[in-house]
Amino acid sequence: MNGGHDLGGRHGLGTIAPEAEDREPVFHAEWERRVFALTLATGMLGKWNIDESRFARERQHPATYLQNSYYENWLEGLEKLLVEKDLLAADELLSQKVSGAGAAPELRIPDAEAALKILRSGGPSAIESEASPLFNIGDRVTARKQYSSGHSRAPSYVQGSIGTVIRHHGCHFYPDEASQGRTVGEHLYTVLFTNQSLWGKTEENAEVCIDLWQPYLSTAPEESC
Amino acid sequence: MPYDHHDHDHNHTEPPSDLELRVKALESLLLEKGLVNADALNTIIDTYETKVGPRNGAHVVAKAWIDGDFKKALIEDAGAAVAALGYAGRQGEQLQAVENTPETHNLVVCTLCSCYPWTVLGLPPAWYKSAPYRSRAVSEPRSVIKEFGTELDPNIKIRVWDSTSELRYLVLPMQPVGTENWSEDQLSALVSRNSMIGVELAKNPEGAN
Repeated sequence: MNGGHDLGGRHGLGTIAPEAEDREPVFHAEWERRVFALTLATGMLGKWNIDESRFARERQHPATYLQNSYYENWLEGLEKLLVEKDLLAADELLSQKVSGAGAAPELRIPDAEAALKILRSGGPSAIESEASPLFNIGDRVTARKQYSSGHSRAPSYVQGSIGTVIRHHGCHFYPDEASQGRTVGEHLYTVLFTNQSLWGKTEENAEVCIDLWQPYLSTAPEESC
Repeated sequence: MPYDHHDHDHNHTEPPSDLELRVKALESLLLEKGLVNADALNTIIDTYETKVGPRNGAHVVAKAWIDGDFKKALIEDAGAAVAALGYAGRQGEQLQAVENTPETHNLVVCTLCSCYPWTVLGLPPAWYKSAPYRSRAVSEPRSVIKEFGTELDPNIKIRVWDSTSELRYLVLPMQPVGTENWSEDQLSALVSRNSMIGVELAKNPEGAN
């Protein structure tokens, strides 16, 4: 979906105004700490994957997404997932009082030690597959146009542009399916696009490398000259 | 409002905002239902507030500058190379190191959300997650890094990496001239977090203090 999160190349969003590196705190408020920790801790219950988590944050009115601060969007996504995955009832969230059942007995709730272990081990996204890749390094490819209300990791600014495959990473979980809770692997490539191809006339001597899954790509037409 | 800044000290007592109350209520619900463990929450916060941060990445970069074999391993498989230094974990599972050269400067962004190599840089700064950076880094990188005080020769190509997959990118900045005999510790002090995202260069030796 090309929602409020799909920001590459948009105009009018202002200057960056970075805080000085040596003075910026990791969190800017106590509630941000709590939202961060609650998101990671509930993520460890295994009820959703990272793409479902991203999709939950993206499914907002674009104006709301852009108006919210970063961790407000996390909070929005977290509340949505908790209800959609039946961990909280909508009326519990509304009333701020527990009315339904507690954690299901089969759920393993990580304690501090288990949480630390999960943080240290991470969760690789590469997946074994028998399918051979359609594209080779050096191939010219077109990023397909796609109009879908589902989750995708093909930014709108790249769609329709022609680039060159520079790396192949084997198969990785395919976000469009993973965001629906399905485990499908697709070949993943890094594709290099010149600024000219992406933007026409813009800053010179720059290029963008984007990681794109095979279904996002097609073979580019032959060059006419 | 999240951006409601005050210049005066916060010694007086302000009522908690709606947002603070909403988060407190959510945490209470989850604790009461037994869906999260209070110690686990504190451990998660402590890990990213005090343990995992950009000093990890600075160590990696300084080591790559003085140890050619390590640098080679880092370019070939950054995930394995940094894991050997003890920096494995969440959001660094498929790490890629991209090396700055006299011809090419690398810059990392995530236009769709905020993907960032946590294992070596910790959590991203606010500006990295902001709409202005995410929108402009891919289309006008030179003007973006200029806002960080970085100006590159027009002949140097800027290569931007948009982190759309679970691969995570770490920029390996160029070693500053005049630091050839420096120790790993001395060198790591020159490696800012921003230089490992690509919005700045490593610090010059005279600016190291």
